[in-house]
Amino acid sequence: MVKKIYFQSIFLSFFFIKEAFAAESGGMPQLNPEFWVSQIFWLILTFGIMYLVLSKLILPKISNNLESRKSQILENIEAAEKQREDSDTKLKEYDEIISKSKLEANSIFNQAREKALKDISAKREVLDKQIDNEIAEAEKEIDALRKNASDKINKIAIETSSELLQKLIGADVNNSSISAIVNDLSKRNGDKYYGN
Amino acid sequence: MAANPMSQFDVYRIGPEIKVGAFDISFTNASLFMILSTVSILLVFNLGSKKNSILPNKIQLLAELSYTFVSKMISDTAGSKAKPYFAFIFSLFMFVLFCNMFGMIPYTFTVTSHIIVTFVLAAFIFIGVTVIGFIKHGFGYLKLFIPSGVPAVLLPLIVVIEIISYLSRPISLSVRLFANMMAGHTMMKVFGGFVISLGIVGGWLPLSFSVALTGLEILVAFLQAYVFAILTCIYLNDALNLHH
Repeated sequence: MVKKIYFQSIFLSFFFIKEAFAAESGGMPQLNPEFWVSQIFWLILTFGIMYLVLSKLILPKISNNLESRKSQILENIEAAEKQREDSDTKLKEYDEIISKSKLEANSIFNQAREKALKDISAKREVLDKQIDNEIAEAEKEIDALRKNASDKINKIAIETSSELLQKLIGADVNNSSISAIVNDLSKRNGDKYYGN
Repeated sequence: MAANPMSQFDVYRIGPEIKVGAFDISFTNASLFMILSTVSILLVFNLGSKKNSILPNKIQLLAELSYTFVSKMISDTAGSKAKPYFAFIFSLFMFVLFCNMFGMIPYTFTVTSHIIVTFVLAAFIFIGVTVIGFIKHGFGYLKLFIPSGVPAVLLPLIVVIEIISYLSRPISLSVRLFANMMAGHTMMKVFGGFVISLGIVGGWLPLSFSVALTGLEILVAFLQAYVFAILTCIYLNDALNLHH
């Protein structure tokens, strides 16, 4: 569309020139050789000077700037990479330290537990022994008390029976005969009272 | 009269007539715009290369982007052997670009709309490329005219066509730039004339065309400079690498 308009207008423009302004100018000024030499001269002069200045002064500077920037960026990237590597190794070290200390803590904990268990068992043994001893002593005491008790009861029985007899009869009774009777009775009935 | 769309291409003397022997080398409006273009190029790139900061400012960025743009263009089309000609192609591209762009400012003169200017540039490139080709390859450069894989029967015809196409390079190169510039500027002038002649009632249509054309012409101005430079690179590539 645009192209069509473009070409139509070019055609139109030439038509326009030829029809309307044919008398005014002699066609295209480009084909008038009057200033050709001047144009060539100034073209060579300006372009030549520009080329010399650009190639000798300006372009080397620009390429230098670009190069130095590139190298600086590369250097910075290298430095950054190095630092990253450093930090990586440091992170690894740190991890190692942490895992090591974890292991250590574990072992310390285990040791402490074992020790505590040992202590507990040792103490329990001692306590068990003490308790056993005490039980044994107590049993002994009970035994002794049991034995003594029958004797004491016999004694009390003899004394009370002698006093009873004295009050009832009003005369002294021979203690030995009473004790013989009590002993005889207690032997006969002892099983009933003490469960032996 | 300024209404003539071709009068914008008139060359006229500024100041006195200067003659060297039989040649008239007077300072003209064409000379003025050549000087303006080169001076602005040197100014821009001088400012752009003055400071070397890691974070470039705008003008430095402009200079460096142009530098990398042209250097990439050359290395893409002509390879690494074309490095010594970088400065020439860079100046060529910038000169054509700035002349074209200066022509886009109203009431200015477009240097590149004159066939003699573009032809001198193209002829210089043609001669230079041919000389480089013969220096690099000796008479082996003539192998350029014998494409590989062509049957022997067709060879005479192909060689003739190749020679004609080679010899027409400066003409096609110069006429392409000159015709594009002239046609575009003429068209803009014609549409501008329509705006005046159709007046406030009907002038809006050609005015809108004029606006659109201005955008198109700025694109063409850049594109033709690019084409001119890249064709130079391609010709240089033929001379340096001889692919045939």
